[in-house]
Amino acid sequence: VLHTTRPLHTTQQSLAPVPPLPEKGGEVRHGVIPEEFFQFLYPKTGVTGPYMLGTGLLLYFLSKEIYVVNHETAAAACILSVIVYAIKKFGPNVAAFADKLNEEKMASALAMKNEAIESLQKAIDEEKKEQWRVEGRTYLFDAKRNNIAMLLETNYRERLLMVYNEVKKRLDYQVAMQTLKRQKEQEHMIQWVEKNVVQSITPQQQKESIAKCILDLKALSKSAHAAV
Amino acid sequence: GPLWERPLLEVRLGELHTWISTCSFSPQGLLGAVQRAWSSYCAKYIHVKQGGPAGISMLLAGYCLLSYGWNYQHFSKNSLGSPS
Repeated sequence: VLHTTRPLHTTQQSLAPVPPLPEKGGEVRHGVIPEEFFQFLYPKTGVTGPYMLGTGLLLYFLSKEIYVVNHETAAAACILSVIVYAIKKFGPNVAAFADKLNEEKMASALAMKNEAIESLQKAIDEEKKEQWRVEGRTYLFDAKRNNIAMLLETNYRERLLMVYNEVKKRLDYQVAMQTLKRQKEQEHMIQWVEKNVVQSITPQQQKESIAKCILDLKALSKSAHAAV
Repeated sequence: GPLWERPLLEVRLGELHTWISTCSFSPQGLLGAVQRAWSSYCAKYIHVKQGGPAGISMLLAGYCLLSYGWNYQHFSKNSLGSPS
């Protein structure tokens, strides 16, 4: 359960990144005496001061028997010489081995860090590409909108054309009806006129017209003969 | 900095008794002092990238001296100057 009322990360201090270890430790001379002691005595006594102090103290301890020489002194001397010889001979090898171990650890940690950074970078790139794709979606919607508008337009035009055709058909029908009616009226009138004219022609007029036609024909044939 | 916050090596000889009067001798104070001394020793000689034999050799030498000091009575009994 996370208590959200507790403030997190309020101080400046943070545990990471840890500052790196110093390269070399404090200087120590002869393995037991730190260098600060020699520096402390240097202004007053020069370089040989601490050594004179050491010799004097050693002789004082030996003479006053504050340090007692017994069998353990010989054992200590042998052990010390063996230790010094071992350090001088195998020191560098052990140091190189330890350095190699350290190097391997550092390399693996660094590899992990690099891998993590790479994977995160790849994730960032993918995300950016997705964002770019989202931008393109507006174009997709525009194209779809255009398509739909076009469909609507064509549908509207089709229907307009249909309406026009239907109206034209109806108007043509009306026109055809009117022409038919007029034609029928004309025909009827012509027939009626002809009938009346034929009825009005009496036999007397028929004979007179035939005789006139014969006379005309004779006159025409005479003129035709003359022309020939 | 003020006197009671300076480490021992930076205190001058004349101010030593005032410095001793300011440091706390309660168990927590002594424990804190021991812990600080140990951590500063570790940080200086042990927790480094390339430490030599100096780190442990000084500890062993100190141990030798301490043990000699504790057993001085036993040593002096076998010495030449002891009345036997």
